[in-house]
Order: sequence, then structure tokens, then C-alpha cells
Amino acid sequence: MSNPFLDLVNSGFISHGAMQFYVVAMFLFVVGGTLLDVMHKKSAQYFFENAEKAKKSATRTISSTEKTALIVKTVTTEVLQSAEFSNPQRRMSHLLTMYGFIIFVVTTVIMIFSLTDSGIIALLWNLGALSLAVGGYWFWFVIRADVSAEGNPWYKVHRADMFIVSLLAMSTFALFWSITGAMLFFFLFIAASTFLFTTVLWSKFAHMFFKPAAAFQKRVTRADGSRENLPNDFDLSSAEVHSRFPDIPEYMGKNPENMGLGIKREEPHHY
Amino acid sequence: MPTFVYMTRCDGCGHCVDICPSDIMHIDPVNRRAYNIEPNMCWECYSCVKACPHHAIDVRGYADFAPLGSSVRVVRDEEKGTIAWRIKFRNGEKDMELLAPITTKPWGKFIPDLAEVDGPTDEMRSSHLLFNEPEYIRKDEGDLHTLESNGQKLKEGVYY
Repeated sequence: MSNPFLDLVNSGFISHGAMQFYVVAMFLFVVGGTLLDVMHKKSAQYFFENAEKAKKSATRTISSTEKTALIVKTVTTEVLQSAEFSNPQRRMSHLLTMYGFIIFVVTTVIMIFSLTDSGIIALLWNLGALSLAVGGYWFWFVIRADVSAEGNPWYKVHRADMFIVSLLAMSTFALFWSITGAMLFFFLFIAASTFLFTTVLWSKFAHMFFKPAAAFQKRVTRADGSRENLPNDFDLSSAEVHSRFPDIPEYMGKNPENMGLGIKREEPHHY
Repeated sequence: MPTFVYMTRCDGCGHCVDICPSDIMHIDPVNRRAYNIEPNMCWECYSCVKACPHHAIDVRGYADFAPLGSSVRVVRDEEKGTIAWRIKFRNGEKDMELLAPITTKPWGKFIPDLAEVDGPTDEMRSSHLLFNEPEYIRKDEGDLHTLESNGQKLKEGVYY
């Protein structure tokens, strides 16, 4: 496997400088789009106001060492393992898409800036695109809420689909370009990736920056007792719970067993 | 009072869309989050609240137990077999937790079969417990009335 960008430069079609300029420009578009998104939606303002409200109903304070531990836990669980997904299919699809995207983007940048001829980097580039495509198409045809919950056909597209559609287009055309070498697919690949990075203000792209912060905040609320105003986790065999809620020992006994799954036994598909 | 979704906690999984009996929970095509399209038609059955894996849906409480601005949050834990409520007033003076059982046997097991239980005796029918019940429920003339026992059949689908 060879570096397709190196082949492009060697053929004289695009200069090395132009490629690097493009990557930097796309990076700036992402940063600018995210900042505009945050300012326009006032999401940061809402997030911090919400955090203040939660802190007011906290039952204990968290030390900075505990906060650091929570950050580490968030990164290792919610970020690296996409643990926020309770549905295993959605989780698997997101892992494929996320790691595919990261590997693809990182190897693209390496290949463009260093013009390496390493076969391993080129292989990883292709594998990243493949993983992104597999996870993305799985989501697009099967898992997307419009299709699985609202019963819409897979080809019904909304504005909210800009992110996934441009990701799919980018990975598909990258793979076609890699396999066939045809310049048409290169142009389509560039068009798709330009669309992806320039529409950050209107698409779901920026969730990759916000979600880790939200996941960390959720852990903080569980650690400091505010729990988003949800009721506490009760230990049904403890005497304190028995004296506070006498219905529990009266109807369920002193040591209630695990009742198994009720409505969660089957996946909801009742539209 | 109708349901509402915390858009920041929702991830658009569609469980509430699937379970709403009134078909009013849908996914917003712009933000790809769930929202209640017709609060007037909400049955307040709490199906979506219980089904949401991220506890992203709440129901505004009735004014007799939760004045305006209160937070009413409920967690249905199937494996423990309990339902837990937490009601917090906006002035901070009330922070109440309630816990009640929802099942005393494992789900799907020990469901009583009507055919295995004896029907009511004449003595039960004339007692205060069954006196006011309709005759076709009390099995006065034999078994319960069904479509088949009345010579009818159920046609599927809409045919008018």
C-alpha cells in the first residue's frame, strides 16, 4: 500500500503546500465552527449555569484529587469505550465510527505533512476509512432513530444527517480512490471532507467536544450527591431503607431477589 | 401535566418514540433529539419516562403535590422491582424521596391462569363483593363472553 497523497504530489497534480494549506484550513474551520456554535447556541453558558445549580443541591464537596480521578474515569470509560451507550449495537457502531474517524484523520495528516511512504500508515488510513464506513453504514441503514423508531425509509434525509452523510461520503470515496486511483473519486472525497469540516456550525460534528464534558459533569453529579435530582440508589436489604419505606419489607421481604428484566426483555419496535 | 425532554441528556435513541401509546414522542429532525410534539395529547402514562435509558424525560407534576417550578423525577428499576420518586420544591424547603415495590415476583413468572382458578359460587355472587358486577363477568350463565362464543370473528386491519 502506498501513500496516495505522495503519488498526487509526485504526479505534479497538486503541490505539497496546497495540501498542507487545505489541512490547516479545515482545522481552522472546525475550531471556528465549534466556537461559533457555542456562542450562537449559548451551550457553554447553559452548561456552566446548570453545573452551578447542581452544585447548590450537592450533599458533599468533591476534592480536586477526586475530580482528577473522575476526569480519568470519564476518559477511560465514556470517551474511549463509548460507555454512555446502553444499547450494545449503537455502542459498537459508534466505536467503529469514532476510531475509524480518528485513525483516518490522524493518518491523513501524517501522510500529507510528512509525505511518508510507510506502508503501515497507508494501511491504517485504509483501515480507518473502512471502519468508519462499516460503522457508519450500519448506523445509517439499521440503527438511525428515524429508521428504527420512526419507521422512515433509509433514504429520507434531514438537516441533522449532514454529519453522518458527509462522513459516509468521505470514507466511501476515499476507499474508492484508494482502490481505483481514479481522480473522480479524489475530487468527490475532497468535496465530501470539505463539506464535513465547513458545516460544523450546523451539523452534529461538535458533539465530540461537548459530550466528554457532559459525561464528566454527570459523574460529578453522581459523586457529589445532587444526581440531577434523581432519587438515590437504595439498598433494599438495609435496615435503614426498611424503616424509612415499610412497604418494601412488607411486600417484598427483607432480602428481595433480583426480579429480572420486565419491559426491557425485548427491544421496543412498536411503531 | 405533559412530558418534556432534557435535550442535553437525550441522545436520540428512540426508545420513547417506540413506547409512547399516544404516538406523540418523536425525534426532532434538526437536533436529532426527542421531543413531545403535542403536550395536549399526553396521557401522562410515564411510559417514556420509564423507558428512557438516560433519564432524560420528566413529567411536570400536578400542582397538588408539586407546585410550579418543582422537580419531579422518577426511576423505575426493573431488576430491583421498585419505583423511586424524588420531589423537590423550587424554594428548597422540600426534598422528598419515595420508594415503592412494583413487583413481588420475578417478571414473566408465576402469572396466574384464569382457567386454573375456580369460578365464583352462587354464595359469592349474592355477597357484597360480586353483587353489583355485570352478569357476564360473574359467569352467571357459564363462561366469559368472547367474540368466538358469540359467533363473531375479528377482522384485522382498517376496512371502512
